[in-house]
Amino acid sequence: MTISGKIAVAGIYEHPTRFAPDKTDSLIMAECARGALEDAGLSLSDVDGLFSAGISMGPMGVVQLAEYLNIKPRHLDSTNIGGSSFVAHVSHAAAAIHAGLCEVALILYGSTAASNSMAIGTGMGSGGGNPDAAFVSPYGMTTVGSYALIAQRHMHLYGTRSEQLAEIAVATRQHAALNPNAKMQRPITIEDVLESRVISSPLHLLDCCIISDGGGAVVVTSLERARDLAQPPVILRGCGEAVCHQEIGAPDLLTIAAHQSGQNAFSMAGLSPQEVDFCTIYDSFTITLLATLENLGFCQPGEGGDFVSGGRIAPGGDLPINPDGGGLSSNHPGMRGIFLVIEAVRQLRGGLGPRQVSGAQIGLVHGTGGTLGTMHSGATLLLSKD
Amino acid sequence: MSSGIEYKTPATDWQTRAFWEGCGRQEIVLQRCRDCGAIQHRPRGLCASCLSSDIEHFVAKGTGEVHTFTLTQQNGMPAFRENCPYVLAYVELDEGPRLMTHIAGCPPDSVRIGMKVRAEFVATEGQLGVPRFVPA
Ligand SMILES: [Zn+2]
Repeated sequence: MTISGKIAVAGIYEHPTRFAPDKTDSLIMAECARGALEDAGLSLSDVDGLFSAGISMGPMGVVQLAEYLNIKPRHLDSTNIGGSSFVAHVSHAAAAIHAGLCEVALILYGSTAASNSMAIGTGMGSGGGNPDAAFVSPYGMTTVGSYALIAQRHMHLYGTRSEQLAEIAVATRQHAALNPNAKMQRPITIEDVLESRVISSPLHLLDCCIISDGGGAVVVTSLERARDLAQPPVILRGCGEAVCHQEIGAPDLLTIAAHQSGQNAFSMAGLSPQEVDFCTIYDSFTITLLATLENLGFCQPGEGGDFVSGGRIAPGGDLPINPDGGGLSSNHPGMRGIFLVIEAVRQLRGGLGPRQVSGAQIGLVHGTGGTLGTMHSGATLLLSKD
Repeated sequence: MSSGIEYKTPATDWQTRAFWEGCGRQEIVLQRCRDCGAIQHRPRGLCASCLSSDIEHFVAKGTGEVHTFTLTQQNGMPAFRENCPYVLAYVELDEGPRLMTHIAGCPPDSVRIGMKVRAEFVATEGQLGVPRFVPA
């Protein structure tokens, strides 16, 4: 009854824009829908499942999106678990397709986070708010601050150094330099990262993802149908989801949702980290990527700093990560999960020129949603060539 | 240092009022489940370990240690913008639960993980208060 090996990504589209003050979120999503359906060789009338989530979207956002697109799908899913939502949407779509609830699932995200000057990373906390938030809001925990709490703890326990976190930013920028659509292409050094201003210790400006506009779309269908469509299918081998929170008891702050979602995905796929050729991992901050690698089992807890050093995750390394330039350098319109899926599919289709990961057969996608230091979600996918 | 930050009166409901009233009396009040014995924070209307509604409150010692922290250099929100840098931290209480809080009463760059701290309280309206921690 497993969905492993039965469902495929048949269409993808990443909006090339990084700044779009003349567009709305809905328009960006509609343009992405057009792009992904064209890519798959399908039309809007084929779509019978709609999946979306957003920052500015209201509780009925997916209904409004269906109205904007003038479609009447028979399956709706507006699961919002933060930036990882769109990774989870792929597994939700797979389950729905496998159960016969829909056949062509369209997953959409779009946002004008940059042109709206959304202070995603450094504008949180206030005195008031609701009773649940009152335990955090007086203290001005920013998004960066939440992740910084994890980074500080990691450094304390394992001796991880800022230079090692900086390796992640440097490697990701090297990837971005090979992607013409990436927002930040100028090469940076470890010194550049360490000399950039501290936003929330120990995280520097260049440890933080950028903010851009943008959007993307993914079309999921059965492998059987995908084989008759325009693109080589990329097959879902395994998936997993998890949630982690830090409020009750004394949980280990460094065991994050990726630990559970990764185990489930590897187990479903019958694969191990050693068999993965590349990853797309949510890099909201350098520490996010480092903690995710440890929790997915690519290295032991505490070894992340060594693991990411020496070019291992850079272009041409043993395990290239975020070959599109990630959120640190390519794009980050508020929530980034959909681009993790899109880039993994691009790499597995192949033919990307200088930034193609050579011999890419199996890719791992992992999204983190929410704030690592308080509560967050994780969603993992293992994808392969047909 | 975080001493410049003015705390607004906390929003409360019946589930959380005992904690904030405790802060008004300069006490950290935690919840304990009478059925399974679990101690929890933040407070809620039932035990999040066994879902029992039989919850009691008790006064904690108000001491603990810094579990992790970050020196916040940038926050665009008006309440915090002028008061950067400030130390945001998780303090692990001697009774077990962790609180998000500020560390005050010492130079921000002297804060370390494992540092022993004790609660102090900033009074707000309604005879409530907001806890922060200073070196013990
Ligand atoms: Zn209980």
